Amino acid sequence: MDSPTTYFHWGFILISVPNLLVIAGMIVLFAIAVLAPFPHGGDSDGRR
Amino acid sequence: MDAAEPIPEQPSSWTVRTRRAIDRHLPMDHLLPVRQPYYVGSWVYVFGVITIAALVWVVVSGVVLAFMGPQWWHDSRVGRFFNSLHFWSVQLFFIFMVLHLWGQYFMAGWRHGRAATWAIGVVIFGISILTAFTGYLSQQNFDSQFIAVNAKDAMNGAGVGAFFNVLNFGQMYGLHIMLLPIGVTFLVVVHIVMVRARGVVKPIDPEGGARS
Repeated sequence: MDSPTTYFHWGFILISVPNLLVIAGMIVLFAIAVLAPFPHGGDSDGRR
Repeated sequence: MDAAEPIPEQPSSWTVRTRRAIDRHLPMDHLLPVRQPYYVGSWVYVFGVITIAALVWVVVSGVVLAFMGPQWWHDSRVGRFFNSLHFWSVQLFFIFMVLHLWGQYFMAGWRHGRAATWAIGVVIFGISILTAFTGYLSQQNFDSQFIAVNAKDAMNGAGVGAFFNVLNFGQMYGLHIMLLPIGVTFLVVVHIVMVRARGVVKPIDPEGGARS
């Protein structure tokens, strides 16, 4: 736990792996939120 | 006083003017709507609500930490639990605030008179970063000392070191538990009321561009 973390270094981009994983997870979560179907109620008047 | 009492005809009274303005801009069916338009049926709209839920946990755990003090949150098992609760609810608050920001950015949530709502959200984001920073400085451990000693040069370089002294624990702690949380909470309430007043922005019409 107390050891220094590893870094991802690609060109001018330098970011710690934990931060990279958090950002990647956020992007995945955002994509799921956009694509996953949302449960709707029973109304059919154009409103939920 | 009966809530259904009609508004009297006294235009000079600021109370009457305030009641009329609230009736006009924020009726109860806007403030606490029973149903939402069909386009609100997306998980993207859940991000803002989760951000608010995380903020509630941040404030509740923060109140307990402020009441019990640094020795408790470092040395006792329950204290360390509340310390972790405070830390991780802040992580969730920021993650879902940024996801909410992405969602509003891609749906251009500032359209149709909602620019002020967007701008207040930006201010909330900024104050939240400052609140988190003063929180890291208020931990009362070697980590907070390390952050303070390193951050002082950046603050002096930015020209704010004279009135924002990161080495001054009392100042950082006071800002963290009093002024900044009050600012965030107040602006979040204003943000929500503004969203409720105008409703959720309509999706961008693929036929008519961003005019919908």
